[in-house]
Amino acid sequence: MSLKKHILDLRKRKEQVEKGGGDKAIEKQVARGKQTARNRILALLDKDSFTEYDLFVEHEARDFGMDKKQLHGDGVIIGTGTIYGAPICIYAQDFTVEGGSLGLMHARKITKIMDHALKMRVPIVGINDSGGARIQEGVNALAGYGEIFYRNTMASGVIPQISVILGPCAGGAVYSPALTDFVFVVDNISKMFITGPGVIESVLGEKISMEDLGGARVHAETTGNAHFFADSELECFDQIKKLITFIPWSNTKRAKTFPPKPPKFKGNIEDLIPSDPRQPYDVRDVIKAIVDDSDFFEIQELWAANIVIGFGRLNGETVGFVANQPLVLAGVLDCDSSDKAARFIRYCDAFNIPIVTLEDMPGYLPGVDQEHAGVIRHGAKVLYAYSEATVPKVTVILRKAYGGGYIAMNSRHLGADFMFAWPTAEIAVMGPEGAANIIFRKEIEEAEDKDAMRAQKVEEYKEKFANPFVAAAKGYIDSVIEPSETRDLLLHAIEVSAHKEDHRPAKKHGVPPF
Amino acid sequence: MTKKKVEGLVDFAILSMKYKTKLTKKFENRTAYEAPNPNNVLSYIPGTVREVFVKEGQELKEGESLMILEAMKMRNQIAMPFDGKVKAIHVKEGDRIPKRHLMIEIE
Repeated sequence: MSLKKHILDLRKRKEQVEKGGGDKAIEKQVARGKQTARNRILALLDKDSFTEYDLFVEHEARDFGMDKKQLHGDGVIIGTGTIYGAPICIYAQDFTVEGGSLGLMHARKITKIMDHALKMRVPIVGINDSGGARIQEGVNALAGYGEIFYRNTMASGVIPQISVILGPCAGGAVYSPALTDFVFVVDNISKMFITGPGVIESVLGEKISMEDLGGARVHAETTGNAHFFADSELECFDQIKKLITFIPWSNTKRAKTFPPKPPKFKGNIEDLIPSDPRQPYDVRDVIKAIVDDSDFFEIQELWAANIVIGFGRLNGETVGFVANQPLVLAGVLDCDSSDKAARFIRYCDAFNIPIVTLEDMPGYLPGVDQEHAGVIRHGAKVLYAYSEATVPKVTVILRKAYGGGYIAMNSRHLGADFMFAWPTAEIAVMGPEGAANIIFRKEIEEAEDKDAMRAQKVEEYKEKFANPFVAAAKGYIDSVIEPSETRDLLLHAIEVSAHKEDHRPAKKHGVPPF
Repeated sequence: MTKKKVEGLVDFAILSMKYKTKLTKKFENRTAYEAPNPNNVLSYIPGTVREVFVKEGQELKEGESLMILEAMKMRNQIAMPFDGKVKAIHVKEGDRIPKRHLMIEIE
């Protein structure tokens, strides 16, 4: 063959394999409102940046007539590319090829690109769209999953790992996304569960639809498995791209710095907050009043909304925000919100992202369900995560900081580098009513007009203790500040801590209350 | 003060303070706690009733087998928790029951 012929032959081979499962299967995929694996990669990555690996890999299964089947690319596409110029490794399961089922070579391709990402210290994005293990390949398929999970764990805290669920992701397969840092789901397309509706019905007699069992909304709202919820694949890709701008390529790098921008918010920040600690407000408005361009990128918006987490920029630098949300459940800490905050804090710490904590919380959620669900164990995660973190840690107490919540929300005692409090801050062991009832029980009981005495004692307590100055007098608070100074002081704090060095005792790893 | 009017605010008591706030679906759907009644034998796992060995009115010693609840391919013996009498049987062989289902009342 002449060189020209060789080239033409290569082109022909490529064209054939790039069709995946063929026109019919592609038609079906599109009819489900889904894009093909290849189009998804092209839509997500910078134009012309995708380089494919292992296009010509073929499966080796010989049983059950598999030897007669040709599966293009063995049902998964892998390669490298860029997002806004940042290099990433990517894989996308191709549902049009044997339902995107995972066999040995399919898994080998995924682990190859994962190894590559870890070695090159760049983020890995995995697009999941698979019917599950390829039954014909038996234990080889299980081996494949295990090898993926092992690599997810090795890469955890070293490179960012992003999972995108654009189809079914069932059985053991769900554990790869669960081990990664961020999970993206799309309404009506994503399905995640360990055992499907069929098995549940036959074993337990419980009837439930796939969507209600493990649809996108369930994981975004109820289970907390998903971090980002989108209405369409395109919206999902925009979310991924935006996320990539906020995070570093690996744990030895800092996130990219952007040109500083003032907040778009032009009002008085103190007007955002009612002075009565019982009245709610949306803490996201406060974050937006502080961050560059008022651009706050919220994570897990729909789950455990009583705490708000997400990224923003201060003077162009990425900062992770953790904020109690008085608008939902009064901003209490409970099992879910503790889980949500703790994991985010650990993410920020692993990837050199300073943490700003905005505190306004009445304490932990009371209730039998909470106690029995393990609010002690879950709540402890927050203490652990803050104490363990060595990135710059800044706290601003906006209003209430009562009891255990005061300690948990990045207090000085857990190693906060900067503690600011607004003059509206109330730092106390509990709310004034509760405290007065206990401290002045005798006086109140012995008084002729108990209610008047109680009201008087509550006022006394408020006057003396429901303020930031008692804590400031002890040095627990560095500075009581005017709300309008908040952004400037945060910028200052981030600047001062740019070269922060803080070390923990040498150990293999801690034993956090998982 | 915020000028935006927020919908769906309720009073929410934490210790002695009442806060105006929104609730989550999960919080609204939580099940109220009930103290367990030792006379009720409940299913601890969803499954299928395979065999019932006892009759109403029968007197039994602690540890004697009441029935078999099959779940996850396992035949689970349900034993008498203390000496007593079977007051009522609420399941029959072949019934598929959920978790925390009242199977047998004893006294």
